[in-house]
Amino acid sequence: MLKDANIFVLAITAIFVENFVLVKFMGICPFLGVSKKTETAFGMGMAVIFVMTISSLATYLVYKYILVTLGLEYLKTIAFILIIAAIVQLVEMFLQKVTPALYQALGIYLPLITTNCAVLGAAILNIDNGFNLLQSILFGCFSAVGFTLAIVLFAGVRERLETSDIPEFLQGTPIALVSAGLVAMAFLGFSGLSF
Amino acid sequence: MIVLYAGITLGGIGLLCGVLLAVASKYLSVEVDERIEQINEILPGANCGGCGYAGCSAYATAVVEGNAPVDACVVCGNDVIKKISELVGTEASGKEPKVAKVLCSGTTECAKNRYIYEGINDCDAAARLGGGFKACTYGCLGLGNCAKVCPFGAISVEDGVASVDEEKCTGCGKCTAICPKNVIVLVPKTAKYYVGCSSKNKGAEMKDKCSAGCIGCKICEKNCPSQAITVENNIAKIDYDKCTNCGLCAEKCPRKIIKERSLNAK
Repeated sequence: MLKDANIFVLAITAIFVENFVLVKFMGICPFLGVSKKTETAFGMGMAVIFVMTISSLATYLVYKYILVTLGLEYLKTIAFILIIAAIVQLVEMFLQKVTPALYQALGIYLPLITTNCAVLGAAILNIDNGFNLLQSILFGCFSAVGFTLAIVLFAGVRERLETSDIPEFLQGTPIALVSAGLVAMAFLGFSGLSF
Repeated sequence: MIVLYAGITLGGIGLLCGVLLAVASKYLSVEVDERIEQINEILPGANCGGCGYAGCSAYATAVVEGNAPVDACVVCGNDVIKKISELVGTEASGKEPKVAKVLCSGTTECAKNRYIYEGINDCDAAARLGGGFKACTYGCLGLGNCAKVCPFGAISVEDGVASVDEEKCTGCGKCTAICPKNVIVLVPKTAKYYVGCSSKNKGAEMKDKCSAGCIGCKICEKNCPSQAITVENNIAKIDYDKCTNCGLCAEKCPRKIIKERSLNAK
């Protein structure tokens, strides 16, 4: 079981074998929307790592100490959405105050993450996998690293597509979706590593 | 009963988050100069980049910080610039409003083609194929990169040559930057005459390639009473600092390539 796995196994699983974007198909919206340039893709990835780690911590605590205590486990989805939205807002304010440079660098990506299903997905998977607090935080962080890896790799592919001779009917989003599928197929190779 | 619990819990979490955010916004609020917001509101909001900044809000920030002149916005009228300078407290140096003009008259009837172009609908791509399909390599290719980039919808392509709607043009200069042939220039709004050609071809060669273009005959140069026109590299050029809008050049031009613009547009 994944919950008995050590950190290394957890990392390999979250980043490669069960990559959020390319294997579980979560967070496809920013994956397609923010992957036109490598730099912006990397910025988005950093923002996701940041938020996913913190939200894994917060949602775990809320689930364990509020929802389980009151026997309201079935409310986890809606409660998590609420918490993630609040956290993103809070983090944004905090960053603007403390490190304006980082705030500038993350720019609009931070509020974009509020509605990113990958963040919610990580929070729910933490619960479903029965992780403890440390595992939850690590899993959230590693999943986000997997997201960053996927989006940066894909941005590289899309930059190449910019200069390619693509048939007119495939230009733009169609070819982006086709290549996303091919990148996802490449990641299928990691499934042999699953535990 | 359980529904009540669920409602209370969720409402409680929501309320808690709300209170937390309200408190946080108080403690973590960053002093933002309110003038930035005010300037941002009166700017056109087209984010054309004509001022050299990433967008209107970036420019507003730069103005308030004193890094940008108050009149850098090429789109704003003088009234908006006046408002900005009142907010910031520095005087505008006063600028001349400009308008984009396409210096080519080689419509499909006038200009000959060297080959039939069947590539993508893009001036850049066409210009790379031996300088374009037109016999005159200085002319407008008419594939409309300028029309695509214009944030105000002021440019359209008519008869194979781009044409600027002066009512809509704000002089932001985006089209001048994107044109691979550099055939669009900004002229002062007060200028009445312009040379509708950019060709550096010699006279005889030009006559062969395009029935509209300037042949560099120097008749305008000789007739101009204020020495505002010079012919260099076989093309007439008007110095708008000297031009008095007398119109003698347009009258004398044998090719009728020095054209009059209507000054009705504001």
